[in-house]
Amino acid sequence: MLIPTRFSITSLLRHCAAFVLLCMAAHAGASPVTGGTLNFVVTPEPPALVNLATSAVPVLKVSAKVTEGLLAYDLKLQPVPQLATAWSISPDGKRYTFTLRRGVKWHDGAPFTSADVAYSLELLRQVHPRGKSTFAKLVAVRTPTPHQVVLELSSPAPYLIMAFAASESPIVPRHVYENTDPLSNPNNTAPIGTGPFKFVKWVRGSHIEYVRNPDYWDKPRPYVDKIVVRLIPDAAGRAIAFENGSVDLGGDTPVPLGDLARLKGNPRLAIETAGYQFSAGPSRLEFNLDHPLLGKLAVRQAIAHALRRDIIKNAVFYGYAEPIYGPIVPGSPFYTAVASPYPFDLERANALLDGAGLPCRAGGIRFKLTLDPLPIGEPPARAASYVKSALARIGIAVTIRSQDLPAYLKRVYTDRQFDVVLNGISNLFDPGVGMQRLYWSQGFRKGVPFTNASHFANAEVDRLFEQAAIETDRAKRLAAFARIEQIVGQQLPDINLVAPRQMTLYNRRVHGHSATANGLDGNFADLYLAPAP
Amino acid sequence: MFDSRIAATLRRALLRAIPTVLGIVILNFLLLQLVPGDAADVLAGESGAATAETMAMMRSHFGLDLPLGQQLLNYLNHLAHFSLGYSPRFNMPVMELIWSRLPNTLLLMAGALGLALVLGIGCGLVMATWAHRWPDRILGVLSLLLYSTPGFWIGLMAVVLFSVHLGWLPSDGSTTIGANLSGWDAVRDRLAHALLPTLALASVFMAIYARLTRAAMLEAQTQDYVRTAVAKGLHPARVQLRHVLRNALLPVTTVAGVHLGNLLGGAVVIETVFSWPGLGRLALEAVQGRDYAVSLGVLLLSSFMVIFANLLIDLLHAWLDPRIKA
Repeated sequence: MLIPTRFSITSLLRHCAAFVLLCMAAHAGASPVTGGTLNFVVTPEPPALVNLATSAVPVLKVSAKVTEGLLAYDLKLQPVPQLATAWSISPDGKRYTFTLRRGVKWHDGAPFTSADVAYSLELLRQVHPRGKSTFAKLVAVRTPTPHQVVLELSSPAPYLIMAFAASESPIVPRHVYENTDPLSNPNNTAPIGTGPFKFVKWVRGSHIEYVRNPDYWDKPRPYVDKIVVRLIPDAAGRAIAFENGSVDLGGDTPVPLGDLARLKGNPRLAIETAGYQFSAGPSRLEFNLDHPLLGKLAVRQAIAHALRRDIIKNAVFYGYAEPIYGPIVPGSPFYTAVASPYPFDLERANALLDGAGLPCRAGGIRFKLTLDPLPIGEPPARAASYVKSALARIGIAVTIRSQDLPAYLKRVYTDRQFDVVLNGISNLFDPGVGMQRLYWSQGFRKGVPFTNASHFANAEVDRLFEQAAIETDRAKRLAAFARIEQIVGQQLPDINLVAPRQMTLYNRRVHGHSATANGLDGNFADLYLAPAP
Repeated sequence: MFDSRIAATLRRALLRAIPTVLGIVILNFLLLQLVPGDAADVLAGESGAATAETMAMMRSHFGLDLPLGQQLLNYLNHLAHFSLGYSPRFNMPVMELIWSRLPNTLLLMAGALGLALVLGIGCGLVMATWAHRWPDRILGVLSLLLYSTPGFWIGLMAVVLFSVHLGWLPSDGSTTIGANLSGWDAVRDRLAHALLPTLALASVFMAIYARLTRAAMLEAQTQDYVRTAVAKGLHPARVQLRHVLRNALLPVTTVAGVHLGNLLGGAVVIETVFSWPGLGRLALEAVQGRDYAVSLGVLLLSSFMVIFANLLIDLLHAWLDPRIKA
């Protein structure tokens, strides 16, 4: 049931009680301690400290410590209060009403009101990378009282209730942004927020410092006196920093996968896999359907028959991944286990290529392809090496091409000078946002990164996406997405290979770091450091 | 006499520097345009999402939608006003950004070059004095080893030994963050942080200078004036230092001047390995982020540094060898 009616005080209390119990169970009765400095490694260096005009991964890691959202989401992806204490959605799904927390102050002392919320939503719609699509249905934001905000939509947007986390829709101070250019506002690099930590300074290339906000609305939180965000560019350097204790916490698998086995043996360190529900996504092989050969379904089917996901899981991801056959990863509430109609079968693959009129020529080669792995992290390049060797067995000679990120993006999304790419893409907070951009025919937009690069267009898929975008019945949405997965799985504009498991590495003295669904992108209000033994 | 020579050298170098710098700026600007993708692509790529509208908005914000000639003119106009422009990626004036990183890189470069020169020339002197005997052989093998090992690997191994296993030295950064040290403690903290990266950066150059000094000294030893000096009955140490080494220093200083540019390149790697917040890493990040303002700023500064280093070497030569005229 996605439309909760008004949150009553009792249900709220029940919710909180359940959450507290959960926390207590997790920490085996240990009670939070105040004080200490958390050394939190973030990489690469964020381009800004507020996720207003950027949603880059390192920005999300730091932004929410200062700048909060209306809601947070627990580990079961249920909304819980943050700046909004209660919320309701009208039965027709077109009106959202938020009741705001009273007595909240910005770090500069100004009071937080509904005007800030209305202004922020408007700003997000203009400058946030996804704002225009997330809030596409938003026609008006009303502020009947300083503590109430009403969002009016043109049609239902069933995913919208998942979009109010600080890491997706940050609430920024209106009095700081008003009548300025939001892109060059100094607040983007020296933020003022309502959050548990206040920004102190950012020494570019070295570190960012935050201190405890003593006037935080959720007393006695936060527990930590200071957060030092360490910017360590080298992966091996980060592994060393964890080993010698100069770093306590890092997300998105901060060390080379090959070092993880060694670090797991360190009694002071531990691994957490929760807190990636919003950022998880598949590792996938995406075809350029405009390519004369790859446009043929038989060729794509042959490639699908030639790949073994268990090898990718074990050799590329050191076992830290799960084989998948559809675009939605396990862990998403919309995940349905779909089987691939194309199991590993080299004979079938060769037969398909022979049938497509692509016989083996001299040297056992049928034709040549280039493969561009996404230049972020090491797994795409490693997976590309596997794909190259796997396709050699069915007579496809693959050349792997390397370039840096902007060159890759321009090649794939602007120039479209590619055959096959190997990338990873996030499911985000809802398939209607994370998956739709990849398979909706209108998602094909030249020059816009991470859209429909394959140039896939299927009338039924389009219709299902458009239906799911306004469908308020959760079961019907699930069915629509499952059907899309089925069609995509057959038509193969891409081949979804594995769902990599992202990991948080932490020193055992750090507790409560992954309290919400967005994990280390959360505000760290619940985080505390166990005193040295 | 000496002063006028220096003044003439200075004047000539400065006159040559102006067209050089202008050429460098325009060439760099055009070269950077050839790199595929722009700052808006990078920011959208890092965000993992974008709309056509946000892309257009960012391009116009960064001035990337202007014609190329206009962009170049704007940049030259900034330069004429002693400004390096504004960084779209780091969201601050480029000048401020570069000044905040420069001291760290200068410390690293000066430290590494100084160390490499002192130790390299020292080793070369020992090797030449005891040529073909055991000190020469041992140092020869050592220098070959240093010469053929990449600096970043030496750096990584030094980190594993000194900061992970022994725990003597810090593994990253340029100071202890948040320690608020002052006076002697602050200096010691900085030196402790600088030691490993300086050694790693200096290693290859040390080996080069050792081998170069040895070769140049051996050649100088065969010269007539050395035979004359020995025949005059001068003390062997005086002959070695004053007559042989002094002349052997000319090629070493020439090469060291050329290396100043290389050091900045090597600093990119070393600064990354040791998370040293310096200019090399800034340059790398600027190129990866397609932040042309910062890239151009760093390149311009580097070209100034190379010109300055050459000037310094010219002056040094004029001092070492009185025959070199302005």
